[in-house]
Amino acid sequence: MSQTVDTGTEQIEEYLRGQQNVDLLRFITCGSVDDGKSTLTGRLLYESHMIFADQLAALAGDSAVLGTQGDELDLALLVDGLAAEREQGITIDVAYRFFATDRRRFIVADAPGHEQYTRNMVTGASTADLAVILVDATKGVLTQTRRHSYVTAMLGIRHVVLAVNKLDAVDYDRSVFDGIVRDYRAFADRIGLTGITCVPTSALHGDNIVTPSPHTPWYRGPTVLTALETAELDGTAAQRRPFRLPVQLVSRPDPHFRGVCGPVIGGRVRPGDEVRVLPSDRTTRIVRVVASDGDLPEAVAGESVTVTLADELDVSRGDLLCAADSPATVADRFEATVIWMGEDYLLPGRPYRIKIGTRVVDGTVTELHHQIDVNSMARLPAGRLEFNQIGLCTVRVDREVAFDPYTDNRDTGGFILIDRTTNTTVGAGLLTAALTPARNLHWQDVDVDKATRSLRNGHRPCVVWLTGLSGAGKSAIANLLERRLHTLGAHTYLLDGDNVRHGLNRDLGFTEAGRVENIRRVAEVAALMVDAGLIVLAAFISPFRADRDMARRTVAPGEFCEVFVDTPLAVAEQRDPKGLYRKARRGDLANFTGIDSPYEAPLDPDVHLDTTRQSPEDAVEAVIDWLRVGGLLS
Amino acid sequence: MRTLSHLDRLEAESIHIIRESAAESERPVLLYSVGKDSSVLLHLARKAFHPGRLPFPLLHVDTTWKFREMISFRDRTARELGLNLLVHQNPECVAQGINPFTHGSSVHTDMWKTQGLKQALDKYGFDLAFGGARRDEERSRAKERVFSVRSAAHQWDPKRQRPELWQLYNARVAQGESVRVFPLSNWTELDVWLYIYHERIPVVPLYFAAPRPVVRRSGTLIMVDDDRMPLAPDERVTSRMVRFRTLGCYPLTGAIESTATSLPEVVAEMLVATTSERQGRLIDKDSSGSMERKKQEGYF
Ligand SMILES: Nc1nc2c(ncn2[C@@H]2O[C@H](COP(=O)(O)OP(=O)(O)O)[C@@H](O)[C@H]2O)c(=O)[nH]1
Repeated sequence: MSQTVDTGTEQIEEYLRGQQNVDLLRFITCGSVDDGKSTLTGRLLYESHMIFADQLAALAGDSAVLGTQGDELDLALLVDGLAAEREQGITIDVAYRFFATDRRRFIVADAPGHEQYTRNMVTGASTADLAVILVDATKGVLTQTRRHSYVTAMLGIRHVVLAVNKLDAVDYDRSVFDGIVRDYRAFADRIGLTGITCVPTSALHGDNIVTPSPHTPWYRGPTVLTALETAELDGTAAQRRPFRLPVQLVSRPDPHFRGVCGPVIGGRVRPGDEVRVLPSDRTTRIVRVVASDGDLPEAVAGESVTVTLADELDVSRGDLLCAADSPATVADRFEATVIWMGEDYLLPGRPYRIKIGTRVVDGTVTELHHQIDVNSMARLPAGRLEFNQIGLCTVRVDREVAFDPYTDNRDTGGFILIDRTTNTTVGAGLLTAALTPARNLHWQDVDVDKATRSLRNGHRPCVVWLTGLSGAGKSAIANLLERRLHTLGAHTYLLDGDNVRHGLNRDLGFTEAGRVENIRRVAEVAALMVDAGLIVLAAFISPFRADRDMARRTVAPGEFCEVFVDTPLAVAEQRDPKGLYRKARRGDLANFTGIDSPYEAPLDPDVHLDTTRQSPEDAVEAVIDWLRVGGLLS
Repeated sequence: MRTLSHLDRLEAESIHIIRESAAESERPVLLYSVGKDSSVLLHLARKAFHPGRLPFPLLHVDTTWKFREMISFRDRTARELGLNLLVHQNPECVAQGINPFTHGSSVHTDMWKTQGLKQALDKYGFDLAFGGARRDEERSRAKERVFSVRSAAHQWDPKRQRPELWQLYNARVAQGESVRVFPLSNWTELDVWLYIYHERIPVVPLYFAAPRPVVRRSGTLIMVDDDRMPLAPDERVTSRMVRFRTLGCYPLTGAIESTATSLPEVVAEMLVATTSERQGRLIDKDSSGSMERKKQEGYF
């Protein structure tokens, strides 16, 4: 793994030339305090010989005073930083380290594991291609592990190396490793994290960090270093995206030259390409791609370039050059996930400066829809965001800006919020979508369907069908359930006998035919609402099995939850909240279910509630559990 | 599809940083210290604005104790490239004759460099200054931001560092405050040399081994660059093949014995090196926290 160089001049020249083909991987390390993150990073640096003898001597001195490893070198001290932090014994900021192998250069963002430091992790993750997530084998997957993984997924990192560390402390027990991997993968699936490589390690003893460990003969996967060396880089994917270049400067050294300077942050660009300037929405062609040692035939994502344009358009700093046929969206209202980093909280309505690409505008968060608990991923109602909190917001800016959703392009979809008085960076945001775009001239070639709506809503749609006798408690449970779903941020609609029979089904009676048609219409309406992305709660006696099965068939498999609100007739009749049983018994109501019309109980309901034993609140949780297990709610 | 090498990516990032800085500040300046990092920084800045001219001047905070070859290289570079070079020497130091021998290295460095830099920045009213520092140089630098805000008194406050996300840098400051920008933050010493090699960037010849007059002083080889260097009776000036890994004031810069007369040879020596480059800088010899204290005081 070390840099193997022969000192003969010819070899060294060859080495130097070869270095032009070495690429760069940026990664972030995350773990809870004491999981061994510093030790692991220190070992990577140490074993790649990026530590010089004098630093090692300083380390030996420090280890004796501050170290936790007795007489041995404490590798964690290698990556420790500011004096104050060292005294506290914790890493509290993002530090960047460098090491290299013959195959690749690495920049490591060392992000802290401390509870309060979501901010630093987000910062480190924003430029990372890969995340190394540590789990202490003696503790397993913790709340912090979930949080780090969630932030990793949110920031769009596509590769994860899960280091199950301190395996020495559990005698390199394979079942411990397997158990943690199983737990982790189950969780990762739920949050949509992919590209996971799990490695059993001991950072302290160097097992499977750089060299395969003799203590884990049962493990055949890569070491941490091999995983880092072979992870596929995002570079080529970035070149396949549509061309994007945020204008940094327009250079006019003489009357004959007008160069537009900026980084290529998507796709590639060649002379002759047609480009669109946003937000002004003019098109022109690229004439030259200028470099100091002659013009280039092409520039690709990741390069900083200067281009000249065919027409004398009004182009200035803050504009975005795009491929003419797949331009970015222009809008002044967006939906965005905001990570708050300011000491003062984020208040909706307060003005901030917002920097997107090279454009700086004034803007405000007009609405804070909900806060996201990074530990449970639950959506909580919120009136403001505090330091380290994450929320879903509507952002409004005073001038139009061009952007792409963050999931399409980090560099056109990420923005920062700047405090207008202190000038500090107080927040970071990920743009999800434009809201009522001021001018959305260029529809993206995406059909809006159930899946896209569900992506926007953050949950999948479905029908929760509550069936049971009159007075069983269907409406009460449905109402509570809707309130609960609402606080979780779900989009819902409650259909019940009252709101349907007074309008849509006003023409239907209570004969068997009327009942069948009633349920048919309700099922069709519910199916439309599912297509619209809602969680539909339907509370109907719906006594016939065949009708309920018909309702189930109007939606896709997995989108129908039959809830049997099971209350014995005697109990329902005793409750008789609307006096209907009494009327029916008197003979004033014909065809009343349970009295003179049958109720066919579900044979295999998705959720079976026994209202004589369960409170309505417990009943609601039972349904919520079903939705979670089915992946309808996160 | 073309895969960008790590040097391509580092270069693109630095150019992006330099352009952002120039666009977001009123009076930027490039702190030019004549060393290899400054050479790379200058080269990147010229690329960033090509075919235009550099839209900012260079500032060299001189101490009158730099190697003579550094000064001639500096002046030649400015002349050949048509650069606007400002040289500042702290007038108090000139008046008092501050030098490392009678005043000691820390007073010398503080007065000439730290105070001198502050004076020059105030004198010209620069609100943004580029420096060539890299994160790999020293442990505490690993956490430095690319854009580092300084108070009106040029103080660095580790608690006021701004988070830096994606490629979005925030260079906004209040009246009187300024920003130090480090476009080479993510470069390593090796990257700097590789880039110099591939781009054929001129550097001061002191980086290459040649016979030079040196004395051994507390375990370090010091070059006798002029006759201001006082010699103890038992000290003997000898000619040895030496080179420097870092350049500063000649009485404070240790030489290393070497036969590396070309750049590939320097790189080869570095790859098998057993000491980091800062080791040659005598000012760093105290505890590891010292760099950080200097930074808080305003030392660059
Ligand atoms: N047994 C064992 N201890 C470890 C391992 N890795 C780290 N440690 C110890 O765990 C403690 C915390 O390690 P450190 O790297 O400072 O953790 P950080 O807070 O995540 O950076 C130290 O005492 C380490 O020596 C390991 O693989 N096995």
